[in-house]
Amino acid sequence: MTDPILDVRNLSTHFFTDDGEVKAVRGVSFNVARGETVGIVGESGCGKSVTAMSVLGLVQRPGKVVNGEIMFKGRDLLKLTKEELRNIRGRDIAMIFQDPLSSMNPVLRVGYQIEEAMHAHNKIADAQIDARTIDLLKQVRVSDPERRVHDFPHQFSGGMRQRAMIAMGLSNKPDLLIADEPTTALDVTVQAQILELLRDLNEQTGAAIVLITHNLGVVAGLCKRVIVMYAGEIVEEGTVEQIFESPQHPYTWSLLRSVPRIDASRRERLLSIEGLPPDLIELPVGCKFNPRCPFRIERCFVDAPPTEEVAPMQRAACWVTMKTAYAEMGAADIKDTSPGAASGVHPRGRQALPEAEVTATVAESVGD
Amino acid sequence: MATVATPITQEYAGGTIARAQVGLWRDGFRRLRRNRLALAALIYLTVLLAVAILAIFWTPYNPATILPDTLTYLGPSGAHPLGTDDLGRDLLSRMMQGAQISLIVGVGTSAIVLGVGVVVGLIAGYFRGWIDNVISVFINIFYGIPGILIAIILYLVLGRGLGNIMIAISATAWMDMARLVRGQAFSIREREYIEAARASGARSGKILFGHILPNALGPIIVQATFVIPIAILTEAFLSYLGLGIPSPLASWGSIASEGYQALPLEPYMMLWPAVALSVTLLAFNFLGDGLRDAFDPRQRR
Repeated sequence: MTDPILDVRNLSTHFFTDDGEVKAVRGVSFNVARGETVGIVGESGCGKSVTAMSVLGLVQRPGKVVNGEIMFKGRDLLKLTKEELRNIRGRDIAMIFQDPLSSMNPVLRVGYQIEEAMHAHNKIADAQIDARTIDLLKQVRVSDPERRVHDFPHQFSGGMRQRAMIAMGLSNKPDLLIADEPTTALDVTVQAQILELLRDLNEQTGAAIVLITHNLGVVAGLCKRVIVMYAGEIVEEGTVEQIFESPQHPYTWSLLRSVPRIDASRRERLLSIEGLPPDLIELPVGCKFNPRCPFRIERCFVDAPPTEEVAPMQRAACWVTMKTAYAEMGAADIKDTSPGAASGVHPRGRQALPEAEVTATVAESVGD
Repeated sequence: MATVATPITQEYAGGTIARAQVGLWRDGFRRLRRNRLALAALIYLTVLLAVAILAIFWTPYNPATILPDTLTYLGPSGAHPLGTDDLGRDLLSRMMQGAQISLIVGVGTSAIVLGVGVVVGLIAGYFRGWIDNVISVFINIFYGIPGILIAIILYLVLGRGLGNIMIAISATAWMDMARLVRGQAFSIREREYIEAARASGARSGKILFGHILPNALGPIIVQATFVIPIAILTEAFLSYLGLGIPSPLASWGSIASEGYQALPLEPYMMLWPAVALSVTLLAFNFLGDGLRDAFDPRQRR
């Protein structure tokens, strides 16, 4: 693998609320190579956006990055001063937000807002900024850009606004573009156009893209590598082929089985994942997915599984892994996906554990 | 898929749905014009402003001169359309000068309030934390004390003069503005476009004055408009008490004060400033209401 442009190591971000410490992101490690496209997927509230905001140093009170390193081009972003970090934001790392309507200032002209990103950093010469704004709008396929730069955001359609946001993100030729649900607020045909645009821009400009989404289809369309997050942790990571064809973590597997696919075999039923993601203040002991996992074993209730290589390039954090689930639990023909259904391990089985032992593991898992 | 998507892109993004360009200001002004009361108020105030400007260069008589061979307490007549005052000065000339004073005090105070209140409010609302606490506690303490009392005391301390009147009135009037702006900044800072601006590396100053301020401008303008009649009224009140602008200068308040003593003899001297004050205050209030409606985002059409 080439030298990573972004290397996140053991990142933890917590929110200190009145109800307790919300451990939104815990011990997340991943890297992004130069020019690579990486997708981060997971349900709402699993820590995807918080991870992205942590990278940009935009986590707001009561949130705080409590641990970890974020190495960007060899520098730890967490050790930079505010001003140094501001210089990186929008210049070396740009971000695109979910809702292009609310991400644009309604009272400022679109062209002005794109130019502003360039004025904030001195990467582009002032004399070139006007011309570059129009070029950028052309590049993101907004037609008649000479006229459109004078428009206000409300005069743009949703798709065009997102294009303008992308233009803004690209204005300083960043090395890394973080797109947080860039297509969620758009309708399906426009989604496809925006993804196409991002793919082209990745090839043309060589900017690495981190795409955050809950939509697996979006990931398949754009990314080469996928990171799956659950309850603030990375549960699986691999190439897009690996994740879609042989997911090893039951959560990834469940996620894929819950989305209709045109290429799915007829006997595969659409299954939902029972239950809800865990409360991030009081997390389950052991594997965080154990309350919802059809393949859980006793050990899942005791120890948190480490992230281990399951195939070249593919890592998963699971005691069972789908390989075993297919071989020993009949995962291929499963109809009932309720917790413990395939493995036969139900919460009652847990009562066998002595009280003291459970408390000990609680203390352990809180400590990490 | 790719081959299909591209032409659609071109057409969709082509701006066929673009509508005529309507800026925020033009849009607001268009709506203001539809409001008859506000429009009437605007016309009246324009005339008043013209009179005040005219008074710089020309008044029928010198407003401070006690005219020789002229009766005091004269009713309206050809030579003196509004009559003369207790010392035999021309009331029209004095009323014109009064308009000048009123507008200077009103607009001047409003400008001071605007400058101080907006900056303080933005800082408190955007940075929050201890700085907001200090500012809020300060404002809350002064909220319990009548503004007019503070204005009187401060004016006596500062000494007489037009500038000092404005400072004395601003001393408490900026607090309402600061509160309003703080509240605006408080909510606007949570908007996603502020986060987006931060993510694009914008500096705090740029976010404050380039992003938050333009979005709060509607309510700020409305508030600034409402400060004008308050300042005019306070000045008139101070002058009425005899604490206002120094004596040879005429203010509507001081004319009314002098007229009050002659009320049984000559009602006109009290009537003119009272009418002028009432109509002017009403006009500013109508204009403020009109502006508020015009800039209300919920009424965008």
